[in-house]
Amino acid sequence: MNAIRYEPVIGLEIHCQLQTRTKIFCGCSTAFGAPPNSHVCPVCLGLPGALPVLNRQAVDFAIRAALALGCEVQSESIFARKNYFYPDLPKGYQISQYERPLALGGSLTIAAGGGKRVGLTRIHMEEDAGKSLHEGFPDSDRRTYLDYNRSGVPLIEIVSEPDMRSAAEASEFFAKLRDILVWIGVNDGNMEEGSLRCDANVSVRPVGQTAFGVKTEVKNLNSFRYVHKAIEYEVDRQVDLLDGGGRVVQETRLFDSTGGATHSMRSKEEAHDYRYFPEPDLPPLVVDAARIERARAAMPELPEARRARFIAAYGLPEYDAGVLTQSAALAQYYEQVAREAGNPKAASNWVMGELLRTLKERGAEIADVPLAAGALAGLIRLVDSNVLSSSTAKDVFARMYDSGRSADDIVSAEGLAQMDDESALHAIVRDVMTANPDAIAQVRAGKNNAFGFLVGQVMKQSGGKANPKIANQLLKRELDGTP
Amino acid sequence: MLQSTASAIREDVASGRVSAVEVCRAFLDRTTAVNAALNAFNLVTSERALAQAAEIDRRRAAGQTLGVLAGVPVAIKDNLCVRGMTTTASSRILEHFVPPYDATVVARLAAADAVVIGKTNCDEFAMGSSNENSAFGPVRNPWAQDRTPGGSSGGSAAAVAARCAPLALGSDTGGSIRQPAGFCGVVGLKPTYGRVSRYGLLAFASSLDQIGPFTHTVRDAALALSAIAGADPSDATASREAVPDFAASLTGDIKGLRIGVPRAFVADGVDAGVRAAFDAAIGTLRGSGAQLVDIELPHARYAIPVYYLVATAEASSNLARYDGVRYGYRSARDKDQNLKQMYSRTRDEGFGAEVKRRIMLGTYVLSAGYYDAYYLKAQQVRTLVRQDYQQAFEKVDVIAMPTSPIPPFRLGERTGDPLQMYLADVFTVSANLAGLPAISVPCGFSEGHLPVGLQLTGRMFDEATLLRAADAYERETDWHAQAPAI
Ligand SMILES: [Zn+2]
Repeated sequence: MNAIRYEPVIGLEIHCQLQTRTKIFCGCSTAFGAPPNSHVCPVCLGLPGALPVLNRQAVDFAIRAALALGCEVQSESIFARKNYFYPDLPKGYQISQYERPLALGGSLTIAAGGGKRVGLTRIHMEEDAGKSLHEGFPDSDRRTYLDYNRSGVPLIEIVSEPDMRSAAEASEFFAKLRDILVWIGVNDGNMEEGSLRCDANVSVRPVGQTAFGVKTEVKNLNSFRYVHKAIEYEVDRQVDLLDGGGRVVQETRLFDSTGGATHSMRSKEEAHDYRYFPEPDLPPLVVDAARIERARAAMPELPEARRARFIAAYGLPEYDAGVLTQSAALAQYYEQVAREAGNPKAASNWVMGELLRTLKERGAEIADVPLAAGALAGLIRLVDSNVLSSSTAKDVFARMYDSGRSADDIVSAEGLAQMDDESALHAIVRDVMTANPDAIAQVRAGKNNAFGFLVGQVMKQSGGKANPKIANQLLKRELDGTP
Repeated sequence: MLQSTASAIREDVASGRVSAVEVCRAFLDRTTAVNAALNAFNLVTSERALAQAAEIDRRRAAGQTLGVLAGVPVAIKDNLCVRGMTTTASSRILEHFVPPYDATVVARLAAADAVVIGKTNCDEFAMGSSNENSAFGPVRNPWAQDRTPGGSSGGSAAAVAARCAPLALGSDTGGSIRQPAGFCGVVGLKPTYGRVSRYGLLAFASSLDQIGPFTHTVRDAALALSAIAGADPSDATASREAVPDFAASLTGDIKGLRIGVPRAFVADGVDAGVRAAFDAAIGTLRGSGAQLVDIELPHARYAIPVYYLVATAEASSNLARYDGVRYGYRSARDKDQNLKQMYSRTRDEGFGAEVKRRIMLGTYVLSAGYYDAYYLKAQQVRTLVRQDYQQAFEKVDVIAMPTSPIPPFRLGERTGDPLQMYLADVFTVSANLAGLPAISVPCGFSEGHLPVGLQLTGRMFDEATLLRAADAYERETDWHAQAPAI
């Protein structure tokens, strides 16, 4: 049998909550986790007579995201009503954008497929709906509870072109998009709380065919793993259907994460007619060039650019630059340490080593780190000027992290400074030599590890504070000078 | 006192000639006496009104400055939210709805020390031209109780005409202030779209709705407009245009003012009595020094179909929130009904026939496959209607038409024929489509002593000229001072 080989065609639609303090059309807080229906008002509850007023910060965040993704921000965009009935949708329509979205075009390059450029179709602004709670109440078999705290939280929807050809490409695209949105500070990246949600349009076609196959829309993909699993499942399902002589039906499918399968949610015939029309309660959104320029100026340097700069300006290895640009906050922190310490490589070692290890142990984020970048730079300076040995410095680091005290402070208060004073060290060296004639004999017989033993004894007697370099020199001089 | 204007009452209260409580009690007594016959009010809030009046008197006694409408009793159309006061839009679906907030206009009236005495009856969700589409029964015209007061703000118009209040607020989507003002022989002003915040107005058609006052005189309308107009951070469509002191523009001088008359448009289908009153009115304006100019509004005849496409489309969406989930009426017909059944029964039982007709019409207009042919086409023609006016206003300062082609008709006379009913708005809807300010002032009576209204339309945000023309007309006549014998 000559089996047909199929190629998946995948496009993603990503809903991204914007991290504004207040909702998109009212002054209610967007904070997650408040008691149900405590962040609501006439506007976001859709009370009779209430009207929306657009949040400027939400627009600025949306513009920032559009610029970061290389989209063209439109000088005029139009809000539209998307009409459908659902209990968590208080007005009976969602305010969104339809024919004239905020931004068009743009792209994102992923590593998969040999550095593939995935095109973006558009970015539009819209409001989130409330939440239907179907479970967790004693009478959940009979009742649905509604929480409108999320109603009116600002979203952007980012729509990709159908440019991806595998589940791996799609999940990498989603992950990379998340990194950028978090990096530029418009999204908190918290997928469990629903800050970022993904739907996938999936179809397959025989390899070599240019026309698209019939697509299905898979909803509810709120992790990279689910995106991967759901698309793989859906591609296999469609290929099996076609191989079995069947055909794919255009429909919306829901991914069930427990079973790892997709299930039909509604057919094309059951699809809503959303009856979009321009929102008469909001004037057209006009974005002038000055506003775009302000957004561009406020944009943090993007991860790729920053990585390249770390390599070029600080002479960091590619690996270090990659680790240090995992988040904007980490890169920011590193750069401050490097600048104040005047030693970029040492700064990289400390941040990637002690700092990230400690954060991981404590389960903390870089944003919450109690150790100021300037303080860590101070510690590095003490090592560079030989005041501290690197082993003592690690102890000092731990104490600084917990106490918030400066390195200077700890070193002087606890007498931890490295012993550079030759006369004091000389006395210790003599004591050690007197006490270890056997080792001296072995050194003279050419046994190098015996020399190491002697250095170790000097370090021990000095309480670890001896400057190892000076101890070495003195020891050598004594051995050479003694018959 | 009942015949007093709002301006006079304010002066009397502020100077202490009469107390706000006395004023309030007099109008409340009058309201109680006539409302059983007229059904103009859905709710009379005597206690609250008297308490507010007493507070105004106390503040006056304490030497505090009082607002520009101090002690003036005001009736509020029942589609405007007043905090803590049942607001129904004359619909069963909101029969017991109590808003937790004030509409911006209500807050501004309160800041001006006006005293709200109650909520007035109207067509359900302001959809109608006769006030017969109210879930709480029709309002009767104070001049002829077997006739309609017009609609949809019929209760507000009747309340002012019957001297229950010297000032009332209404809303005007296609003529809902001007037509009932004309039918009831009072002044009714629809400001420029965006001049007055819509926050707290239960939306019918968001791009057309505008709130305005009913009064006995143009001066009172100017006073009320100055009090309620202006930018509002809660309404993105409220204009930041500066609000002048409109009363100051009432100089009485209209010498050389160019008044356009669209002769061809007002030629057909106009009742003879209305025609005669209108002709006399424009003659009076000319006598005061205005210059009459013939103009054309070639697309005005499409205004009715355009209006019923745009308004119903917006209404179908605006009324989607009344679904029984969060507030208002919810069908309890079947305890085990599913969500879809709950929705359809709630809306079937909660909405009246005309509201359902318009929701269906509007839903159809926006449906996939029909949107371009209906909604989009209507918006294009709307632009043409607007351009007609722009061109006309290059030649003239104000445009005159009858407010309604017909005098107040009998209750029940047109309810069987919605299209016939819609045609009653033929002269009023285009001002809404174009967003222009327009006013109806009493200009006489047709056969059977039924009031006739003269409608004047002005340039965008030029209420000052519009009011000056209307006031100049009013100075030459005494139609506005006549009261119905009820
Ligand atoms: Zn809110």
